[in-house]
Amino acid sequence: MKQMLILSGKGGTGKTTVASAFIKLSRARFFADCDVDAPNLHLLMMRDRTPTQSDYSGMPKAVINQELCISCGLCYEHCRFDAIAVDPNYHVNAFACEGCGVCEYQCPVNAVQMTAMVDGTLKLYQDEAKAFSTAKLSVGSGTSGKLVTAVKTQLKDSIKNGTTANYSDQKGEEIVIIDGSPGIGCPVIASISGVDMVLVVAEPTLSGMSDMLRILETSKKMGTRAAVCINKYDVNEKIGAEIERYCETNAIPYFGAIPFDEQVPHLINEGFSIIDSANNAGNAVKQIYLKAVKALNEQPTSDTGIVKSITALQ
Amino acid sequence: MKIAVLSGKGGTGKTFVAVNLASAASSAQYVDCDVEAPNGHLFFNPVVDETHVVNVKRPVVDNDKCIGCQACVEFCNFNALAYVKKGVMVFDDICHSCGGCALVCPEHAITERDDRLGVYTLGHSENVSVVTGMMDIGKISGVPIIKALNTFRSELTVVDCPPGSACSVIESIEDADYCVLVAEPTTFGVHNLKMVYELVEGMHKPLGVVLNKCTADKNPAEAFCQSEAITILGKITYDPILGKLGSEGKIAVRQLTYYQLFFKGLLDKIIWEVSHETNANS
Amino acid sequence: MKIAIPVDEKDLNTTVCVSFGRAPFFMIYDTTSKQYDFLDNSAAASSGGAGIKASQSIVNQGVEVLITPRCGENAADVLKAADIQMYQSKKGLGKDNVALYLNDGLSPLSAIHEGFHNHGGK
Repeated sequence: MKQMLILSGKGGTGKTTVASAFIKLSRARFFADCDVDAPNLHLLMMRDRTPTQSDYSGMPKAVINQELCISCGLCYEHCRFDAIAVDPNYHVNAFACEGCGVCEYQCPVNAVQMTAMVDGTLKLYQDEAKAFSTAKLSVGSGTSGKLVTAVKTQLKDSIKNGTTANYSDQKGEEIVIIDGSPGIGCPVIASISGVDMVLVVAEPTLSGMSDMLRILETSKKMGTRAAVCINKYDVNEKIGAEIERYCETNAIPYFGAIPFDEQVPHLINEGFSIIDSANNAGNAVKQIYLKAVKALNEQPTSDTGIVKSITALQ
Repeated sequence: MKIAVLSGKGGTGKTFVAVNLASAASSAQYVDCDVEAPNGHLFFNPVVDETHVVNVKRPVVDNDKCIGCQACVEFCNFNALAYVKKGVMVFDDICHSCGGCALVCPEHAITERDDRLGVYTLGHSENVSVVTGMMDIGKISGVPIIKALNTFRSELTVVDCPPGSACSVIESIEDADYCVLVAEPTTFGVHNLKMVYELVEGMHKPLGVVLNKCTADKNPAEAFCQSEAITILGKITYDPILGKLGSEGKIAVRQLTYYQLFFKGLLDKIIWEVSHETNANS
Repeated sequence: MKIAIPVDEKDLNTTVCVSFGRAPFFMIYDTTSKQYDFLDNSAAASSGGAGIKASQSIVNQGVEVLITPRCGENAADVLKAADIQMYQSKKGLGKDNVALYLNDGLSPLSAIHEGFHNHGGK
């Protein structure tokens, strides 16, 4: 089983559009959406299913028991995150609290307690043949790396306990498709961990290119192979060509370009994937998909996940 | 007056709206709080006048004083410390700079030093003074940089917020008088708009929506605003020229009279909304 | 000498866990007493820094050899500082890996994966 992760430096480049098309093309039985800040894949996949949901808790946060509090102000004085508000009672702003426990330690009357909060919801969509793992972080919560790991663990568990249906209708190995998170921070690093290949969906703009370079650097640092495709190629063909050239000079596999197609937003609004009807963008995605599968199959399976030699680290 | 521009995720045109609003004013201050991926400076290409380093605290352990009690290791909720062979190891990239380890050490063996998290720069570009926060690659949280940026306020300040609805967004709009939400006319767009709407509502900030990339097709984002009675500040029609200009880092307001007038109008509408809100609240 | 190995269950016939820092238990074999013991891994539920915390428990147990399928960079730093030798596990049972190690059937862990730096952090 091979895992392919679809990434882009930031949202809005068409990452989810490409991921949903790949899921349909590969007839993937297992897929996940790791964009836990703004998940969108569930708007396109397995919409007829009701997911099983479970609460997710990140870091426990401080809570002040008003009955015990003597308003000494020690918590306020020592909090480095401006998370203690006084109005005039002392209480904790859970959005700002990072869960360090300094206030709990300082409180002379044990009025502060570190308390688990619901920071998000894990969702698992399942039917006889497929499993789709996703999650939504609560508004204002900031523990998304751990939630990304939880999404992947949930997917792994459903693969392990998985459906008995045999996978035999395609050549090559079964592919797991993961829609990644935007940015380059900890959720992305958590997304990359353990995958066999990263496909970067780049936009041909100056900022799109700078985002792409940051993602490529991150993947390289983690020892994971990365490839590039361009979406909305015609927005700026000059920059598109520049991205292509960059890939060529740096030996980064380049799988092709998707033209801007007015049908795409229309199809998405109707809840379809772009390969569900004949259109230019859909055809281009199919070509990219074939190249991606070929590249993925040429690569040996690694069961140690992301590896890099000790000597390279020193 | 401080106006924050947000969107549920990147790519909706948040920076486009923020940059053009600031450019349309006779003079304005633009503050880029998207410290993980600041893009505004790519458009303003400002002359940088000052660069300020933002530091956070990291523990330093005096192993001669350390008695190996491991109180610091046990206290650290982030697991940033380990005690091995009569010495404490500090993992800077995991440390949240809470200062707890120094507090709990019975031997006062732990002090703190400054460690660079990133920078912010002050610059100018024609009528706009440009403040850009930039976190160094490989750091966890840019919130301390955003806190430093929050102190900037002028006659008219436009804040370009980070995408999403995480804690960094909350920090960015903390000091704002009004929030402008930018949304795309797609099912994804509505989904993301709802999230950020929920966040801004939760913080009791007045808000309005700018609908971007509108086509003749039906607009689910507009329908959402109507059903929730959210102020629609303006609609920007899908225009390939904007994509082209944006891809080259050019500012529409500075290139095309049509957009100059459009964003001037949008800005006036927002300013009216802010004064209206203030009157309504006082 | 004590040998540690991350495992899935608190059972003599348990399989090796794919994760080090987030393994639910560690199986610890003492070559002197020839006894197996199990250690709950309190780091498994951590938001971040699980590898460091798990390593600390291993260090505090006086372990000298760790058999593991993978190991994060931060965890490796702690283990190396404590002079704990790391060996690459093979798929299968924990006790079989211990037996393999004792018969020189395992090779030193040659690859360290870069951790999810602070995932779980803000």
